[in-house]
Amino acid sequence: MHIPDGFLDAKTAVATVGLSVIGVGVALRNVRHQLPRRKVPLLGLGAAFVFAAQMLNFPVAGGTSGHLVGGVLTAVLLGPGAALIVLTTVLMVQCFMFADGGVTALGANIFNMGMIGGVGGYAVYRCVSGIFPGMRGRIMAAAFAAWCSTVAAAIVCAGELAASGTVAWSVAFPAMTNVHMLIGIGEALITSVVLVAIARANASLLEPHISQPEKPGYVHAVIFGLLVSCGLALFVAPFACRWPDGLEEVARTLGFEHHMATQPLVHSPLSNYQLPGISSATVATSLAGVIGTAIAFVLAFLLARALIPGTNSERT
Amino acid sequence: MGHFSLDRHSRLDSPVHRVGAEAKLAMALAIVLLTVMLPFTEPIFFTTVGVVLVAVAVISRIPPSFLIKRLLLLETLVLGVAALAWLQPNGGLVFAAIMVKSTICLLTMILLSNTTPFSELLGVLRWARFPALIITTLALMYRYLSVLLDETDRMSRARASRTFTTRRVHVWTTLGTVIGQLFIRSTERAERIYAAMCARGWK
Repeated sequence: MHIPDGFLDAKTAVATVGLSVIGVGVALRNVRHQLPRRKVPLLGLGAAFVFAAQMLNFPVAGGTSGHLVGGVLTAVLLGPGAALIVLTTVLMVQCFMFADGGVTALGANIFNMGMIGGVGGYAVYRCVSGIFPGMRGRIMAAAFAAWCSTVAAAIVCAGELAASGTVAWSVAFPAMTNVHMLIGIGEALITSVVLVAIARANASLLEPHISQPEKPGYVHAVIFGLLVSCGLALFVAPFACRWPDGLEEVARTLGFEHHMATQPLVHSPLSNYQLPGISSATVATSLAGVIGTAIAFVLAFLLARALIPGTNSERT
Repeated sequence: MGHFSLDRHSRLDSPVHRVGAEAKLAMALAIVLLTVMLPFTEPIFFTTVGVVLVAVAVISRIPPSFLIKRLLLLETLVLGVAALAWLQPNGGLVFAAIMVKSTICLLTMILLSNTTPFSELLGVLRWARFPALIITTLALMYRYLSVLLDETDRMSRARASRTFTTRRVHVWTTLGTVIGQLFIRSTERAERIYAAMCARGWK
């Protein structure tokens, strides 16, 4: 899901860089307030851990393999603010040292995988684990959040590509969403298996021990919520509510339009064409997404039951 | 020591390697920005940049096989997304533009990371007043990545010598345990590192 260079136009790149700079800034403040000094090295080790974990390949059917992305896993283990910093550094290293993910797309990648995938996924995790208590509920919440965050990040990614005029929404949305609904299953499975392994060895590690949940930063949570909704409003809403020039309107009010003028090349007007059957594909994908979310919820529940046996969920 | 390095060829000796890290980083960012911003209707720019990059690659004495392998590996990822662009009206041109642009950017970044040691890049970030917490995290990550990868290797070898079943379910649960164990060891190592940092006067 790493967007390379050349796929985003100036207005999208600037908007995503803005959103992620604010997001990482808030995370830095949050961590600086709540992080005990002896936990500082854990950020670096956590980043190395995510990197190393991403290199382990899990066999999937047909000789293909997948690997962990780790947004929700990191957020559950380290807390959301620390997770965003860890994921940001991982993405920076991947971008500058491996050329995996573009320099101009770094903001978008941090927004998609760090803020939507990590912090957004953590929000889902907290909501679900609040409803279903105990270790089993936590595993279920993590699995469901991992699936949701993968799909949500893919949808926002499709929105960014469409907003840049690189790939039409009617193509990008079904393709990205359908593929990532499958990838998300793998992510959910790996996340929950890893969390169960950690819980068996040392259950106290599952408490997010950097950002203390006892004193949640409500202000920070609100800012994160605002940033994520800004991103959704910019990159998904214009397409989802059939408002073709919505982004241009937003760009005009925010004063980006002169950037758009310098971009004659990858500018395919989104509203000017409609392939036959495409609008129904968008609707079908949205429907499949809703049904898929329900199925993922049930599957996460069953997975947690299978992984944490016994009626008393506080066993471990 | 580590079988894996982020900046494998960055300590070779060549005229390119001797240029300061700030200059190289600035050049690379300028090339990437210009490549992304300029319309595809200016072939002179793109050919010039392409020729310059190939020249730099030759002067830098990085093994060409390494460069080509790395480029092809990353190009497959690009192709996946770019193929979507083909599916739209006049997608061919967009596709060609994306492929040329992203190839130039990929080559630029591969050359940058293999001619500049990571610590020098960190120095530039520090000079640019990047948040200290991020720089510390990057530095520790760079230092311990190969350590953790070696540890993963050792655990995988130990697992391979003890488990005989190849059923997929088992592979998944054991791999999950390996990752979980890796996290636990990372936290323990972080505690020791903190003690070592304090012993050396870290504030």
